[in-house]
Amino acid sequence: MNPKAPNAARHALWVLCCGALSLGATSTVMAAEGPAAAPPPSAIERALADLSSQDQALQEAAVALLIERGDASLLPSLEELRSNADRSVRLAIKPVIDLLKNRAHLTSEDANTRRSAATDLGMLGKPVAIPWLEQAAAREPNRWVRYTMEEAAQLLKLAADDPATKIAAATKLGELRSQNALPMLKELLSGSLAGSEQSDQQKAVARAASGAIERIEVWASWSGAIETIFRGISLSSILLMMSLGLAIVFGLMGVINMAHGELMMVGAYATFVTQEWFRAYLPTDLFDYYFLASMPLSFLVAALFGLFLEATVIRFLYGRPLETLLATWGVSLIMIQAARVYFGDLTSVAAPSWLSGGAQVMVGVYLPYNRLFIIALSALCVVGIYLLLFRSGVGLRVRAVMQNRDMGACLGIPTRKVDAYTFAFGSGLAGLAGCALTLIGNVEPGLGQNYIVDSFMVVVTGGVGKLAGTIVASLGIGGLNKLLEPSFGAVYGKVLILVLVILFLQRRPSGLFTIKGRYVES
Amino acid sequence: MSNHEWGTVAQDRGEGLIFWLIGFSLLVIMPLLNVLPGPDSWLHVSDFALNRFGKFLAFAILALGLDLIWGYTGILSLGHGVFFGLGAYAVGMHLMLTIGTESVYGSTLPDFMVWNQVKELPFFWKPFYSFWFAIAAAILLPTLFAAIFGFLAFRSRIKGVYFAIITQALALSAWLVFNRNETNLGGTNGLTDFKQVLGFRLSDPGTQRGLYVLTVLSLGAAYLLCRWITRSRTGRVLVAIRDSEQRVLFSGYSPGNYKLFVFVVSAALAGLAGALYVPQVGIITPAQIGVLPSLEMVIWVAVGGRGTLIGAALGAVGVNWARSILTSSFPDLWPFFLGGLFVAVVLLFPEGCLGLARRLNSGWHAGLRFRKKLATSEPEGQEVR
Repeated sequence: MNPKAPNAARHALWVLCCGALSLGATSTVMAAEGPAAAPPPSAIERALADLSSQDQALQEAAVALLIERGDASLLPSLEELRSNADRSVRLAIKPVIDLLKNRAHLTSEDANTRRSAATDLGMLGKPVAIPWLEQAAAREPNRWVRYTMEEAAQLLKLAADDPATKIAAATKLGELRSQNALPMLKELLSGSLAGSEQSDQQKAVARAASGAIERIEVWASWSGAIETIFRGISLSSILLMMSLGLAIVFGLMGVINMAHGELMMVGAYATFVTQEWFRAYLPTDLFDYYFLASMPLSFLVAALFGLFLEATVIRFLYGRPLETLLATWGVSLIMIQAARVYFGDLTSVAAPSWLSGGAQVMVGVYLPYNRLFIIALSALCVVGIYLLLFRSGVGLRVRAVMQNRDMGACLGIPTRKVDAYTFAFGSGLAGLAGCALTLIGNVEPGLGQNYIVDSFMVVVTGGVGKLAGTIVASLGIGGLNKLLEPSFGAVYGKVLILVLVILFLQRRPSGLFTIKGRYVES
Repeated sequence: MSNHEWGTVAQDRGEGLIFWLIGFSLLVIMPLLNVLPGPDSWLHVSDFALNRFGKFLAFAILALGLDLIWGYTGILSLGHGVFFGLGAYAVGMHLMLTIGTESVYGSTLPDFMVWNQVKELPFFWKPFYSFWFAIAAAILLPTLFAAIFGFLAFRSRIKGVYFAIITQALALSAWLVFNRNETNLGGTNGLTDFKQVLGFRLSDPGTQRGLYVLTVLSLGAAYLLCRWITRSRTGRVLVAIRDSEQRVLFSGYSPGNYKLFVFVVSAALAGLAGALYVPQVGIITPAQIGVLPSLEMVIWVAVGGRGTLIGAALGAVGVNWARSILTSSFPDLWPFFLGGLFVAVVLLFPEGCLGLARRLNSGWHAGLRFRKKLATSEPEGQEVR
């Protein structure tokens, strides 16, 4: 070891402190005087050379100088240095690169880049970054990026030695409801309560920290509740899109279509194929619109599949629901295996860029656009089905057949055609649901199986023949699923839901809403 | 569905002779062919084949129970894998404990508990040290569970498709729960690596032969029980429930009680099947009790011919035989075959192989008439609801 090491270390520390303290001043001066005041190039070049020096003191001084005065233009040469250097030098250069890079990113055009740069600077724990963050925050137009910058700056201040700064930072973090600060604040609290005797300052720090922790935790429980509700609604909307088709077909024809989940898979693969087609044949700037094209396409393809299924299998089984259940299950097995043989096991769809990202509505609550889109889509489906069933001539016929098939036939309604087209429509809805599902998951042959039992439960609970029953039941089951998940775990939550549904059917054997009829069998 | 005539007493005539013929060949000829001819003789039945056949016969017991509830009473249960699993796990737990210190880790605890760092045997495992407790549990656990589940389901008159869906959800839930590690039932890997039962080594062909004979005897007993039920007055009420539950209700019977009874009996048979399956196959995992296996069990009955006890048993053996041939030589084709079987059985020969054979026997005309009826059958709106 270098015999002068203690001395050198003190020297380096001094340089660092000076740098940190004088930074605010220097940078304003720099901003005022422009490039003319930039340090002579030789200083930076010398520092760059010193980085690879064996002398630790020299190296640390160089690091400090570079952090203080360097900018993004140095990055290429630093990277080059790093790639050629040995381990100790690489370790020394790493923080310089991180700091400079993130500092440069603070002024980036892209809000997400600015935000992640601020987060990174907060994590790096170098007090040097505080003024950078504060300045950036003052200029920042975007509310949430500004929030992140302020949070990062306060996080860095929290690590300061001065108790007054600490108290101020803790209070401010409490005001910001910063979730990220929670571990540090807790550490601070336990640190300042350690030992038998506490000074007044320590007590004040502890007070500030515990106040901030309480504030953050109260807020977190609220935002957690809101996110749970959102996740519940998001799951419900997928269930709803699947169950709508099932419920309509079941209500009209008494047919339980076990292949419904596979029609969803067909929709998902139609989306996948559309994407591949866009990628192969159309210019790249049109690629983002593939999703718009895939929605009607997946509906159509699944509807055609449904029409085919109705014509070849289901039409022979009307009035025999249990047999239909078995036959359609067989169809679903064949379809899954066919997809596995043709497409392979796992593929995925790249979500279009206009659906990536999300909206931050408040601190700690982040709503991804794709989930919002699915919710909107299912709401749109409900409205569309309502209009079709209750406000159109076609819907009138469908409802007439649903209520009394024989009477409908007597009055000249082509019941077979109504059946076939309704089945196709229900299948199309499943295809659309599959298309929406590609936004949040992989495309795989077993896709439909994950949702089929849940959506059957929705149909059973909701009752047959009323739209409202399906909506309420899918909201209930989806919501309960997500509500029970945190406390019971996903598995026991599902088991509990089954128990609840069975108990519920004790009171209402034919579901929430039923059409009143005169039949003994209902 | 009043035009369906299968399952009536008249049809069971002649089954007695078939029963004794099949029983004799299974019980005496098969083991003799296993023991007597040399390994090179074409008559020889290998230990492996005998063991595999024993497994099929265990499934046949389950098929009998399922036929009782579906073929005779018209209730489709898609959750029989759960009852099978309860029986299988009960015996599996006993076999797990008899491994003792022969296990990989040399601990008295089952291996998977050592992996999961369970230090002490969970309380519900302790009674399973007793062989007789395990056997009793294998039958009584499914019985009890079916009684509770059936009571709730039939009391509120859940039937038809609703019942099928609820039982399917039951199968899914059971599969999820058995897959968990913290339930201490072996998780995804299930229970396996058994060594002995009542001191007999499971790897010994003699033990397996004994288990085979036990399975055949159980199958015979199960068949006689089912035949007794279906020929009794209760059996006629069951068939009546299948054909028109309302009429049974209005005639002053309580269909719920009959349905509960037959559901419980069929669950007990499923448990027995599970108990016989485990020592012969040597492994039980959650994959054998989930949604798909439960549905496959239904298809055994459908293929063989529901409403005929012999048909159900034959279907179980036949489908599983086809399965073991196809999955070993064309693994990719098996799902296509199974799916096609579902569709074909329902669309083309809803009375199963036995029904088909009977029709062929009674002349082509009847078959043609039947085809015609299928093609022109109109949807029956009232039955839909």
